[in-house]
Amino acid sequence: MTFTRREALVLGAGGLATITLAPAAMAAAFEDAIAAFTGGAAAGEGGIEISAPEIAENGNVVPVEVSAPGAEEIVVFAPGNPAPAVCNVKFGPLAGSQRLSTRIRLAKTQDVTALARMGDGSFVQVARTVKVTVGGCGG
Amino acid sequence: MISRRDFLQATVAASAILGGSGVGAWAQIAARQQLTQDQLLEFDTFGNVTLIHVTDIHGQLKPVWFREPEVNIGVGEVRGLPPHVTGADFLKLYNIEPGTPEAYALSYEDFTALAKGYGKMGGLDRVATVVKSIRAARPDALLLDGGDTWHGSYTVMKTGAQDMVDAMNMLRPDAMTSHWEFTLGIDRVTEIVDSLPFPFLGANIFDAEWDEPAYQPYEMFERGGAKVAVIGQAFPYLPIANPRWMFPDLSFGVREERMAEMVQEVRDAGADLVVVLSHNGFDVDRKMAAQVPGIDVILTGHTHDALPEPVMVGQTLLIASGSNGKFVSRLDLDVQNGQLLGFRHKLIPIFSDVIEPDGEMAAHIDATRAPFKAELEEVIGQTDTTLYRRGNFNGTWDDLICNALIEEREADIALSPGFRWGPSLVEGSAITREDIYNATAMSYPNAYRNEMTGEQLKVILEDVADNLFNPDPYYQQGGDMVRVGGMGYRIDVTKPQGERLSDMTVLATGEAVDPAKTYVVAGWASVNEGTEGPAIFDLVEGWIRRKGTVSVDPNTSVQVEGA
Repeated sequence: MTFTRREALVLGAGGLATITLAPAAMAAAFEDAIAAFTGGAAAGEGGIEISAPEIAENGNVVPVEVSAPGAEEIVVFAPGNPAPAVCNVKFGPLAGSQRLSTRIRLAKTQDVTALARMGDGSFVQVARTVKVTVGGCGG
Repeated sequence: MISRRDFLQATVAASAILGGSGVGAWAQIAARQQLTQDQLLEFDTFGNVTLIHVTDIHGQLKPVWFREPEVNIGVGEVRGLPPHVTGADFLKLYNIEPGTPEAYALSYEDFTALAKGYGKMGGLDRVATVVKSIRAARPDALLLDGGDTWHGSYTVMKTGAQDMVDAMNMLRPDAMTSHWEFTLGIDRVTEIVDSLPFPFLGANIFDAEWDEPAYQPYEMFERGGAKVAVIGQAFPYLPIANPRWMFPDLSFGVREERMAEMVQEVRDAGADLVVVLSHNGFDVDRKMAAQVPGIDVILTGHTHDALPEPVMVGQTLLIASGSNGKFVSRLDLDVQNGQLLGFRHKLIPIFSDVIEPDGEMAAHIDATRAPFKAELEEVIGQTDTTLYRRGNFNGTWDDLICNALIEEREADIALSPGFRWGPSLVEGSAITREDIYNATAMSYPNAYRNEMTGEQLKVILEDVADNLFNPDPYYQQGGDMVRVGGMGYRIDVTKPQGERLSDMTVLATGEAVDPAKTYVVAGWASVNEGTEGPAIFDLVEGWIRRKGTVSVDPNTSVQVEGA
């Protein structure tokens, strides 16, 4: 049995942190999830927009909206969460628009990331930094 | 009561600048002569539309001293740009002679000496005189209030801000926006808003549950043959910087896309001029002006900057009108067929000994304060040090508050929030109860006493530092750094969050702060519901009363790098 480098990293990190995933493991899980979605293809820019607050008012319910006209499928990731995958939405040929809106929980400040698989099989990607703050000193 | 002191000439910003292509030199009249009300108000009425802007009055009905900041660091693209220019650099940038009334009004240099000579500034009765004078020249001038009006004084607390509401109504504003207003609690805000004879605007205030607009976003006015749209933008980070439980059903945010939609909507409705009445803070407005096309004027607020000239971002004029009633901005505009063809601007300094109080407003203010006169004027102690708050890292008022917190709550370390409101008090002054409330009055005043580890302290300080020094203005909250008593630190403002602070040191022992060790920390203005402890104004009053005369040592406990 052989391990890929990424699997080795996951295992190594898992050995160090038993309760929360170490950053390296989370990054790896995120990269794996993206690779699984795109099949390893590079994702382009443009044609996809993400809307989220710059700073979360409540990290437990952060509104996120993603729009990618012409997309067949949109996925959203919270790479800084213990489980980065947020949702996976497929749009049928009769869908009036290719847009999703939801609320997600964010464990900490991170780049919320969305990818879309377009009608021609290409992929596009967008990210937005959402800060989760302790707050309290605006004046 | 009002002595007509000898003043040097000071018409702050008698600027006559035409065309959107740039800002001309600030007219500087060097001749020594007496300062008069006529000079302060002198203005050649221009164009067909006049805007009058007041903002961040923070409940100050009476004239105050207000020392401008010594440290006001800009990061990233705005490093070294106004308003991040202070002291001698500021005077040089705007061609102001040291020691002049403009220097006193706009910078901190020689503040104590100049304050004794030039006296207090502001007072809503003087503001009323200025507004009336502008309306005499332009009867349909629009008066726009940028918010932070119903907050910040003893009488605001005792009347639920009715004192400010009534006084402002006498000025007949045409619209306002908001921030600290919401710390009155949503029920009181709704009660006041329902009573206002003018719109309370907030394009970026939404219902938190359904994400639908919660307040009127804009108002259209017909002025001088032009359609003027005024879009309101409340402070974006109210539920984060202030207690969310006081207005649990509201959501705010910068919401740049929403602003772009509103600009488009008012343009489609035929607006010839688009004005944003903003409580974003200056750097956020500067970015928004660059990002959102079609805004002619942003009347900025929140960060309390006073700039004698507009800052131009592309074709957008940014106006900064100071705080605490110290200034009124007048902006005359030539608007023709949907085009802003020219402007003339003046930041009018409200020298309280020069501008005659408006009789009607003065009488109203006196009547409002009369029931509280004895409490307001009671002398609690004296100060040997000039007390002020503004500055990115510390001010003597907060040093005093931290000293009081450490002693009264028997703490190792004290935290005082980086608010920008709160007038100054010149050395040798009596400290009255009103003075203490001016620096501390709020609706969540409990002075807590908690145990925190060194690591928790670091996380909090890093978090606040990022609210101030994040290079992207949209992530800034517009306050100053939390003030720390009993602990020193080093900060590199150019580093990312988590890496800015180092050398955290317990001042009493000189030992490094141990991440694993627990410290007793006292502070106030926690945004958490149910915070326990005495009200900060009572705590500070008790401490000053015991001391009799207070003085504050120079603060050298914060070492700043990368500024």
